[in-house]
Amino acid sequence: MADSRFREPVELTQAAKRHVRFSPWNLLLLVPLLAVLFPGFYNSDDPRLFEIPFFYWYQLAAIALGVACTYVVYRMTRGDR
Amino acid sequence: MDDVKTTELVIFVALFLLVTVMGFVASRWRRARSLEHLDEWGLGGRNFGGWITWFLIGGDLYTAYTFVAVPALVFAAGAVGFFAVPYTIIVYPIVFLAAARLWSVSHRHGYVTPADFVRGRHGSGTLALAIAVTGIVATMPYIALQLVGIEAVLKAMGITGEWPIIIAFAILAAYTYQSGLRAPALIAFVKDALIYLVVLAAIIYIPYKLGGWGEIFGAADEKFQGSENPGDGILLSDAALLGYSTLAFGSALALFIYPHSVTALLAARSRDVIKRNMAFLPAYTLILGLLALLGYMAIAAGVTPIESGGTPDNNTVVPLLYDAMFADWFAGVAFGAIAIGALVPAAIMSIAAANLWTRNVYKEYLKTDATPEEEARMSKLASLVVKAGAVAVILVLDPQFSIDLQLIGGVIILQTLPAIVLGLYTRWYHSIGLLVGWAAGLGVGLWMLYVTDNPLTGKEHFAGALFKWSKLGIDSDSTIYTGLVALGVNLLVATVISAVLRAVGVPAGRDTTVETDYHVEAGDPGVGPMVADTAITERAAADREPVGTRE
Repeated sequence: MADSRFREPVELTQAAKRHVRFSPWNLLLLVPLLAVLFPGFYNSDDPRLFEIPFFYWYQLAAIALGVACTYVVYRMTRGDR
Repeated sequence: MDDVKTTELVIFVALFLLVTVMGFVASRWRRARSLEHLDEWGLGGRNFGGWITWFLIGGDLYTAYTFVAVPALVFAAGAVGFFAVPYTIIVYPIVFLAAARLWSVSHRHGYVTPADFVRGRHGSGTLALAIAVTGIVATMPYIALQLVGIEAVLKAMGITGEWPIIIAFAILAAYTYQSGLRAPALIAFVKDALIYLVVLAAIIYIPYKLGGWGEIFGAADEKFQGSENPGDGILLSDAALLGYSTLAFGSALALFIYPHSVTALLAARSRDVIKRNMAFLPAYTLILGLLALLGYMAIAAGVTPIESGGTPDNNTVVPLLYDAMFADWFAGVAFGAIAIGALVPAAIMSIAAANLWTRNVYKEYLKTDATPEEEARMSKLASLVVKAGAVAVILVLDPQFSIDLQLIGGVIILQTLPAIVLGLYTRWYHSIGLLVGWAAGLGVGLWMLYVTDNPLTGKEHFAGALFKWSKLGIDSDSTIYTGLVALGVNLLVATVISAVLRAVGVPAGRDTTVETDYHVEAGDPGVGPMVADTAITERAAADREPVGTRE
C-alpha cells in the first residue's frame, strides 16, 4: 500500500518499532461507552443521592469512570506507538 | 430590563480589557523567529505542552454557546438536554487512538488541516477540497453562534444594540491577526479559570439558597408535568431513549473532526501530550454537567427569560440566574467568563477556517507556488474575512438562521469522517468512493433535517437534529440522530463504490504516507518543528518528481 518511491520512509528506531502494537489495555476504552450509551439502564429517579435523581448523579459519576479508564490505558500503553 | 447594570458592566469591561491586552502580548509568548509561517501563526509553533494543550482544547471545545445553550435546553425540555454529558464522556475514549495517529502523520508531513491529510493520504485534491469546504461551511455558523453567547450576557446587563458586538469582534479579529493561535491559547487560561470559579460557586451556593436539590428537582418536575410537551420531563420518555444515545454518540464522533479541534490537536508537542490530555479533559465535562443543572436552578428560582421579538430567549436564563442569585460584582465576573468563553473558540475556529482556505483552496488551486510567508499572510487575511462574515450573519440575518446552520453543521461535518478517520487506518477506500459517499451522506442528512418539524413551535423545517421515524411511515414516536443515519448511508455507499472500483481496477490516488508515519513520536528522525519548513514545499516537489527529495 505504501509507495516508497514517492516518500523517503522515516526509519523508526529498533526500540520504537518494538512498541508498534495494539495493547489489550486499549479495550478498556470501551467501558465508558457501554456505561452511558444505553440510557434505558439509568433512566430512573431512584435511588437519589443528595436528593439528586439517579439519572443525573449516575452520569456525573460516569465522568470519573471515563477518566479512570482512559488514564489507566494511557499509563499502561505509555511508550507504545 | 431597561437599566444598565453599572457594577456588572465595569467588571465585565475590565475582564474584557485584560484579555485584550493578553491577546496582543501573546505574539511575544513562546516567541518564534517569525510568525510568517502557518506552523507558527496557525499552530502556535506546534510545541504546546500538556497544560497549555489542556486549557487550549478545553477552551476550544467547551464554547460560550455550549455554556449558554445546554442549560437553556435543560431549562426548556429537561433530561434530553443532559445528553451533552454522555457525549463529552465518550468522546475522549473514542478519539484516544485515532488522535495520536493523526498527530503523528501530520507532524511527519507538515499537515496543518484535516484536508491536508486527506490530500496526502488519498492523493485526491478534489476529495480534499470537498473536506475543506465542508469544514468551512460547518465552522462559519459555529463562530457566529459564539456571538449569541456574548449577546445573551449583554442583554442580561441591560445592553442592547449592535455596536458592542461589532467592537468585541473587531478587537478579537485584530489580536488574532497579530498573534495567531498563541492569542486564544494564552486567553484560555483566564477563560477556564473564570469558568471553573463561577460554576463551582454556583453549584455550591445556589442549591443552598434555593433549599436543596430536592426543591430544585421538585420545581422542575412540577413545571414539566404542567407543560403540554410530551417530550419534556426530568427523566427521558421511552420514545426519547434512542435519540438521546444516538445524539451523544454521533456528536462525539463529530467533535474531533471539526477543523478547530484538529487545529488544537496539531498544536500539541507530542503524541504523549495528546493521549494524556484525553484522560484529563473530562474535567470540563464535569463543569458542563454542573452547568446543565443550572437550567433546573433557574426554574426553581423563578427566572423568566428575556423576550426578544415576542418569544422568550432561553439563552438568557443562565445570565439572569447569576444576576438574581449573586452580588453584582460576581455576576459581572460570570458574564465576563461567558463572553471570554466566546472569544477563545471564535479565534481558533476562524484560524482553522482560514487555514483550510489557504492550504486546500488557495495553495491547491489559486497559487500553487505560494511560499510559507504568502500562506501565512493569506491565512491572516482570511481570518479577518471569516470573522466579518460571522458578525454579518448574526446582524443581518435572524440569529435563528445561525442556530439552524450550526445544527446542519454537525450533520455535515460527520460526513467527512470516512475520509479522515478511516483514512487514518486503511487505504482500502477509493477516493472516488469516499467522495460519492460524502455526497450521499450530505444529501440524506440535509433531506432529513429539512423534513424535521416541530408542531409545538410551529417550525416546519430544520426544527432539530432528531429525526422522527414516523417520517418514513414507521409507526413510532421514537427519534434518531440525523447525523448518524447520514453517516451510515455515507459509509455504505463509500464501501460499495470502493469495492466496485477496486474490482474493476480503477487506479486510486497516490498515497504519500507510509505506515510508520502513523506511529512516529516527537524526537524521532524527521519529526518535529524543524521538518515543517521542508514539508511545506514537499508536496509540490513530490508532485513534480517521483523521488523522495527530503534530507
